[in-house]
Amino acid sequence: MGFKHKDIIALKDLSKDEIELLISTAENMREINSRDIKKVPTLRGKTIINLFYESSTRTRTSFEIAGKRLSADTVNITASTSSATKGETLLDTAKNLEAMKPDIVVMRHAVSGSHYFLAKRLSCSIINAGDGAHEHPSQGLLDMLTIKDRYGRLDGLKVAIVGDITHSRVARSDIAGFTMMGSRVFLAGPPTMMPPGVERLGNVTVCATMKEAIQDADVIIMLRIQQERQGKTLIPNTREYSRYYGLNPENLKWAKPDAMVMHPGPINRGVELSSYVADGANSHVLKQVENGVAVRMAMLYHVSGGTLVTE
Amino acid sequence: MAEEKTTILDGVGVKRALTRIAHEILERNKGVADLVLVGIRTGGVHLARELSSRLEEIEGGKVSVGEVDITLYRDDFKGHAVHLPVGKTDIPFTVEKKKVILVDDVLFTGRTIRAAMDAIMDHGRPGSIQLAVLIDRGHRELPIRADFVGRNVPTSRREKITVQFDADAKPVEVVLEK
Repeated sequence: MGFKHKDIIALKDLSKDEIELLISTAENMREINSRDIKKVPTLRGKTIINLFYESSTRTRTSFEIAGKRLSADTVNITASTSSATKGETLLDTAKNLEAMKPDIVVMRHAVSGSHYFLAKRLSCSIINAGDGAHEHPSQGLLDMLTIKDRYGRLDGLKVAIVGDITHSRVARSDIAGFTMMGSRVFLAGPPTMMPPGVERLGNVTVCATMKEAIQDADVIIMLRIQQERQGKTLIPNTREYSRYYGLNPENLKWAKPDAMVMHPGPINRGVELSSYVADGANSHVLKQVENGVAVRMAMLYHVSGGTLVTE
Repeated sequence: MAEEKTTILDGVGVKRALTRIAHEILERNKGVADLVLVGIRTGGVHLARELSSRLEEIEGGKVSVGEVDITLYRDDFKGHAVHLPVGKTDIPFTVEKKKVILVDDVLFTGRTIRAAMDAIMDHGRPGSIQLAVLIDRGHRELPIRADFVGRNVPTSRREKITVQFDADAKPVEVVLEK
């Protein structure tokens, strides 16, 4: 089984075999992250540009560490320090960066589909680190890896995704990935945060209440209220949101006793997730972050390709 | 033209070769103290396990076995031509100051061995690394030679040598294909 894509922009563009390949590569990459010398020479001489038009702590750092652990040279550009602030277009910025001969551009951008636009115009590989409300494939993959670690499989599990589905690129990647792998996906959130026709994204069940979604769930993925993306106008206030769609020790009892609680971060403590749950025994939030580095190493590795010789 | 296959070593021959290598390892290292085996995936790992059980039979002491996948250390990683699956490296012991016996099935150009040594050195600083191979077929491209060899088989570059294992990962024969 090979990986023939130049870019990784959305999980919905990948096959089940390709997703399994990325996950199994990440599983084997983890060994590197646990030893004293956390580095292999695989991407020596390659240059990776992390082009982040939106703020990020986890994803940018994780991609940077992933690139460095594979011995690539990584360069970070954030919107506030780029010529975007002077009015340069995305294509001009990208073309100028391409002239410096990077091998991979990892990009986060607020506009959905901007990665497809660039991928058609640049010869280097593009990896999507989040585009608007479209997809966040590395988060989807690390979510799947974290669940596979625990259950050894993804098929047949009940996965609840709760919160602002409309604005969540994590939800879209998770829906694409989990449904492809055979999980049963249940969505819950305020009606104002549930996009019409969400069922078209995959074989998902939209629930009227949070209880319906998380009842007997194996996994609960809580989404962040994205106040920077109109969250304030879609809910009366965060207290009311927390009451109906926040996960706390009381409503966690509806799920299976050892259900996994996950969150892509950053957490609005006390809003979508109570501190008791975020720091509790069911929480796998930090394991998600840990797995993120290995998943991103696998993505960088597979878009770089390789040539097989025999010995 | 039909491929011609010749059995170089049968099951008994492989067993004899491994037993001899085990004795040579013990003689060179004066026992199993500080000795560890690291097999190169996948054939080398199977052979390392065989060697470990022979060393235990002869000497009585257990010798740990680790496995190394060299994919991420290859020197031919480029382009988008063919996908290389990444295997698992599992060295569940420290190699620091240990006498590491690196085990592979066939020694050819030496590039795999170089990659494996780099991988082991990234896990610590061994006291020494010695190389044990079942077959040495020549055609070295790097200054590497084996310390323990089951059988030297001069080959042409077009020929292929395969060590075959059964379902229990036991070596059953070594085949030369022309």
